[in-house]
Amino acid sequence: MTVAVVAREELPIRSEEDLVRVRRLARALAQRGGFDAFASAALMTAASEMARNTWQHGGGGLAAIEEVRDGRRAGVRMTFADRGPGIPDLERVLRGGYSTASSLGLGMSGTRRLVDEFAIDTRPGEGTTIVVTKWTRR
Amino acid sequence: MTAIPILRLGNVLLAAVHVDLDDSVAERFQEDLLGRIEKTGAHGLLIDISGLDVVDTYVARVLADTGKMARLMGARTVLVGMRPEVAATLVRMGFGVEGIETALDADEGLAILTGASAR
Ligand SMILES: Nc1ncnc2c1ncn2[C@@H]1O[C@H](COP(=O)(O)OP(=O)(O)OP(=O)(O)O)[C@@H](O)[C@H]1O
Ligand SMILES: [Mg+2]
Repeated sequence: MTVAVVAREELPIRSEEDLVRVRRLARALAQRGGFDAFASAALMTAASEMARNTWQHGGGGLAAIEEVRDGRRAGVRMTFADRGPGIPDLERVLRGGYSTASSLGLGMSGTRRLVDEFAIDTRPGEGTTIVVTKWTRR
Repeated sequence: MTAIPILRLGNVLLAAVHVDLDDSVAERFQEDLLGRIEKTGAHGLLIDISGLDVVDTYVARVLADTGKMARLMGARTVLVGMRPEVAATLVRMGFGVEGIETALDADEGLAILTGASAR
């Protein structure tokens, strides 16, 4: 089934305040898509974790947040792109509990569990792009 | 920048978080709470997060760390009012809640803290 983009908004991620903006937009789209409280919290948390990584590890970048449709399903697709250092140790990062920032290292592995689709393209020295999608339950 | 008000009730400090916590607000909140413990000699800290519809691992860590720091200073922290969707999200992400004392709501949290401080 093809995914149709109903609306798209781009937000730069250059500062801490931008993280709040990304979260707000995710909240608004979750409401518009009729997400329940659980799906909505999952989406906002994923947005927050990915935006923070873009800012903290990727040196800033761009978030594109889209309202999407797949037949009768409503969804939100979020793309986070940066031109930072990339993630050389992707496998370890996805397993979770690994951080180069002496943090918990739960952002990436946790986000993967919160969303329905998770795709990552990362190239050392070039940057990282992560696309996550969350659908409403039918 | 919005500061989160901290109230004092006897030996207990109370704070209800309603604003969307950005990183600097969260950090300032932590500093304010610890400063107030020092100034008032409070034995308990009650943090109500029923107003938060999203708690990412960053904010969760600031809250958990605040509890640990308060503990080192001699105050006990109870986190109350976590919404079900927030609890579910944190657990799904693998966030460990060991070391964080929690209660259903402010009444229950206060009962725990006043019972503790009367001991
Ligand atoms: N956009 C990115 N660019 C470069 N490296 C990244 C990026 N996102 C994540 N990483 C790397 O992956 C690691 C794990 O990320 P993850 O979000 O899981 O944990 P964290 O950000 O270190 O800690 P936290 O649990 O606070 O999110 C990071 O420490 C960092 O090394
Ligand atoms: Mg992270």
